[in-house]
Amino acid sequence: MNPLSPVAAVGRSTLALLAAIGRVTLYTGATLSHLVRPPFYFREFLNQLMVIGYFSLPVVGLTTLFTGGALALQIYAGGARFNVEAVVPQIVAIGIVRELGPVLTGLMVAGRVSSAIAAEIGTMKVTEQIDALVTLSTNPMKYLTVPRVVAATIALPLLAAVGNVIGILGGYLVSVLRLDFNGATYIRNTVEFLEPSDIISGLVKAAVFGFIVALMGCFHGMASGRGAQGVGRATTNAVVSASILILASNFILTGVFFTE
Amino acid sequence: MIELRDVHKAFGSNKVLQGVDLKIDKGTSMVIIGGSGTGKSVTLKCVLGLVTPDSGQVLLEGQDVASNRSNAERDAFLARFGMLFQGGALFDSLTVWQNVAFRLLRGSLKKPKEEARAIAVEKLRRVGLKPETADMFPAELSGGMQKRVGLARAIAAEPEIIFFDEPTTGLDPIMAGVINELIREIVVEMGATAMTITHDMSSVRAIADNVAMLHGGVIHWTGPVSEMDDASDPYLRQFINGSAEGPIEAVR
Ligand SMILES: Nc1ncnc2c1ncn2[C@@H]1O[C@H](COP(=O)(O)OP(=O)(O)OP(=O)(O)O)[C@@H](O)[C@H]1O
Ligand SMILES: [Mg+2]
Repeated sequence: MNPLSPVAAVGRSTLALLAAIGRVTLYTGATLSHLVRPPFYFREFLNQLMVIGYFSLPVVGLTTLFTGGALALQIYAGGARFNVEAVVPQIVAIGIVRELGPVLTGLMVAGRVSSAIAAEIGTMKVTEQIDALVTLSTNPMKYLTVPRVVAATIALPLLAAVGNVIGILGGYLVSVLRLDFNGATYIRNTVEFLEPSDIISGLVKAAVFGFIVALMGCFHGMASGRGAQGVGRATTNAVVSASILILASNFILTGVFFTE
Repeated sequence: MIELRDVHKAFGSNKVLQGVDLKIDKGTSMVIIGGSGTGKSVTLKCVLGLVTPDSGQVLLEGQDVASNRSNAERDAFLARFGMLFQGGALFDSLTVWQNVAFRLLRGSLKKPKEEARAIAVEKLRRVGLKPETADMFPAELSGGMQKRVGLARAIAAEPEIIFFDEPTTGLDPIMAGVINELIREIVVEMGATAMTITHDMSSVRAIADNVAMLHGGVIHWTGPVSEMDDASDPYLRQFINGSAEGPIEAVR
């Protein structure tokens, strides 16, 4: 074996990574430029708002409900070590609203929506429907990508807002039913503690996650290889890359919002 | 008039087109024949710009189609074409009539919904489909029906140039006859220019003014359909007769 081959392998993957970043960047640029130029397919946008937003509500609701409940139990148990069990409402609220609400919503929607978008667009590519769109004088970026990206960017903050409320409700139910908190006090503590900036920062994050989810679905769908295998790979790539980008951008955004 | 000049296209190491020269006069019907996998579909896609040739030119009325850079120019260029894809390529999220009327529901050719639907139903009738099919989804149709919906979509906006990629494959002989007649009608009555790919020799005789045979990445033989049967070219002879013996190897 050539002693340099591990180095070559590292070089190759670095180049591949850079090339991928370049392609995603170009694709993002193209999406944004089509976004601001007519025509805008409003009906497609409404459809996608339904598919991405409305139909994700049950998943997001269940995820945040259970997470809020678990969070309350953990904080109670952890807080007991310092005799500060009473901080449950405040920490649940801040944990859900700033972090878990938007991030879990983003991740769940990434699993549900990125994959569906990538599979749909990938299948369209493989069965020449994208070519057919072009010959029918319809730009696939405008007809497929832009409505999905805009819909997801708008839908995610709304979903995250609902997720926040349900997550806090999960904490409330556990605290009141299991941990003997007073319901009215719990709600008062939550409301008085939360700052508008906590909520807004979380919703801004969610909007960024929405953009990422739809963009990754469309990008990998459009880049799909030929055949069923190509579509399968595109679907996996979409979910994995969307999830990683959500977590990475969450870290960066948290740094931007909360370091003085 | 459409002209291809020395068009080359390779996918990786697979050299598909290796210098295709072809002329199609306005208002005539050209049929391309050739073995499976020789690049017939790729040739059509090169003209439409769905596949970019590695080298060579595609001219439409003397103008290089690659010079249509801006979106408006591309739109104007594509608005002159209709294309039936080999696999149909119907949009499975839309109903049959919305597929057929796709062009009439948006963009520069936009018509009121009722009118667009009426046109779609009329085009469906011309390809032998009942009005009831209009509200079905492509997945509910048989392969041959999907093919005919694709055909109806290609001709819906009455384009001047129409490409048909295997219009009669998967159809019963009677329906194939109906479609052959329809294509002939579109050329003769509407003065459209047609480029058809087919493997069906009876279809070739019914549709073609001119025939071109693609083999080995180049146009191996071309001429009027009347000269096809008298041609002495062994490749063409083998293809017309469909014999396993001859210069074209059966395993490619
Ligand atoms: N997008 C693509 N990527 C890679 N290879 C391709 C692509 N499109 C076509 N090819 C290859 O180009 C060659 C010609 O394909 P094409 O579809 O033009 O064949 P064809 O002459 O239409 O055959 P058939 O009669 O079976 O439809 C094939 O070897 C095919 O694998
Ligand atoms: Mg073909």
